[in-house]
Amino acid sequence: MEKILRIDMGAEGGPKINEVPVGDYAGLGGRAMTSAIVAKEVPPTCHPLGADNKLVIAPGLLSGTAAAMSGRLSIGCKSPLTGGIKEANSGGQPSQVLARLGYAAIVLEGKPKDETLYKIVINKDGVKIQPDNSLKGLPNYDLIDKMKAQYGDKIACISIGPAGEMKLAAASIACTDMELRPTRHAGRGGVGAVMGSKGVKVIVLDDTGKTMRSPKDPEKFKEAQKAWVKGLQTHPVTSQGLPAYGTNVLTNILNEAGGYPTYNFKQGRFAGAAKISGETQAELETARGGLATHGCHRGCIIRCSGTYNDKDGHFLTKQPEYETVWAHGGNCGIDDLDAIAQLDFLDDNYGLDTIEMGATIGVAMEAGLLKFGDAQGAIKLVKEVGQGTPLGRILGSGAAVTGKVFGVERVPVVKGQAMPAYDPRAVQGIGVTYATTPMGADHTAGYAVATNIMNVGGSVDPLKPQGQVELSRNLQIATAAIDATGMCLFIAFAVMDQPETFQALIDMINAFYGLKLTADDVTALGKSILKNERDFNTKAGFTAQHDRLPDFFKKEKLAPHDVTFQVKDEELDQVFNW
Amino acid sequence: MKIQLNLFASLTRFLPDPKEAGFSNLVEIEEGTTIEELLDRLKIPREQPKIIFVNGIHAGGTTVLREGDRLGIFPPLAGG
Repeated sequence: MEKILRIDMGAEGGPKINEVPVGDYAGLGGRAMTSAIVAKEVPPTCHPLGADNKLVIAPGLLSGTAAAMSGRLSIGCKSPLTGGIKEANSGGQPSQVLARLGYAAIVLEGKPKDETLYKIVINKDGVKIQPDNSLKGLPNYDLIDKMKAQYGDKIACISIGPAGEMKLAAASIACTDMELRPTRHAGRGGVGAVMGSKGVKVIVLDDTGKTMRSPKDPEKFKEAQKAWVKGLQTHPVTSQGLPAYGTNVLTNILNEAGGYPTYNFKQGRFAGAAKISGETQAELETARGGLATHGCHRGCIIRCSGTYNDKDGHFLTKQPEYETVWAHGGNCGIDDLDAIAQLDFLDDNYGLDTIEMGATIGVAMEAGLLKFGDAQGAIKLVKEVGQGTPLGRILGSGAAVTGKVFGVERVPVVKGQAMPAYDPRAVQGIGVTYATTPMGADHTAGYAVATNIMNVGGSVDPLKPQGQVELSRNLQIATAAIDATGMCLFIAFAVMDQPETFQALIDMINAFYGLKLTADDVTALGKSILKNERDFNTKAGFTAQHDRLPDFFKKEKLAPHDVTFQVKDEELDQVFNW
Repeated sequence: MKIQLNLFASLTRFLPDPKEAGFSNLVEIEEGTTIEELLDRLKIPREQPKIIFVNGIHAGGTTVLREGDRLGIFPPLAGG
């Protein structure tokens, strides 16, 4: 990955391709790369949809190698949703294909002078960018069918649906999976809107003729890989829970723990949880001829994904993730898996963040636009987003905007981004992450749920403030570093509990690049990424007052535990105190 | 005395009546029964359960159950 592909979308005479050596950005990957470029090259006060913002797409350090689990892609920019720095992360095929094509990053810069829509094609022969207005308005599935017809089925695609073209703040960027379906998304923060503002509809990647990236020390790499795989196959989470039930295994767990946000964060248990649980979903998928165990990228050995068929046995959507099932399910009082699957398909097709959309519909229900539990009403609203009606555009701009338009007080967002599937009052560690991560309310940035609820990496009482700041801090640092490697974050379960598995990861990086990194270097990498991001946000206008949860979480008790968020503001300000 | 017993994922089959919807059975136990004793009675291997909740709060095997308790048990699992 010695090259960076820069494309100036606003150049005189049309988009201009510029392939440059990686230069000062050498040694960076994934989120380390995207945050370094955004922090250095994007003016923090720029308009996110303007010419000065940049969309950076970067595979991880180990993407495109034989290392298991290395298929994640990072997409970074200034976020139109939060106004701060953003890294959105996705599985699927594009990361490894882009890495094998030799690119450490694609940087989309500038802004087209007119409304022309472009298609970028990258293969072993080089890079082509062509106008193609026939793609305007195409939902992701239709778009990928067209690309398949034109370029064959060995491609991997990065695309936006109509939501991104409309520059909606909840717009995602889709990445195709092994079956060439646009089911994996860089979802959070409106990265799809930025791609839309640059006039790019799709990037088609084909690495035919290219080989697996080869390590500097093949013997050591092979040895480290073996230990890596063994660790993943040993830990019960990565070897049993996730493959059997997927992420939706969490529905029953969070519900039992009393931290499952229900009816727009009004209570911590949902009576219909069992009906939409991972266990029920896996059984249903299998009965209908779908898959309950499935990998989203070649080289994944956890296989937490699946396929969801409708009642007639036809493919409807990929196995909806826990976050999606919560957002469109319990958060909205909906207990119908088929309706949730339909919403998941619509989100994927229009190119929308399922978390933001579900939270937004929850706010719409709070506003009285429709009743909690109205599944068909929710489907109608998401269809309006895809159609771009005025109401659709409001909803597609996210929960904060929707709450403002309809005069709603109970809006569960931090830095303008909607909270995911864990109530911060009953899972106080994740509350610290929501408040303080530079990303806005984000669960992956420092997944304290693992230690608060699942006893992974130790155990910290979720209902009390003690220990939460330290927990979130350590996880935010470690996660930022993992996000640079291209590794799927679910490896963290094995890495947190098994030191030899963490060592295997470091050994793989060292063997591949001929380095001598230690665990301390990994920590330093994580800290440097967070520093870049915090500095950017400060210059963009963020203060300590933005590292806070909405007021009602401190005042309103959450049943069944009758608990409020108790971590003090002064403690939140200690998270980044190194 | 009665408690609500919720067994999830691969543990559901250990319910006295696994067909009852919602992973949940109402079971009759004696005063002073610990969670471990109940696990033994249901023939759940002791090393299997990983996450145990009593009324939504983490509990251990030696916890004594009380009338009306909601007991939720999971094998080692995950998510995201």
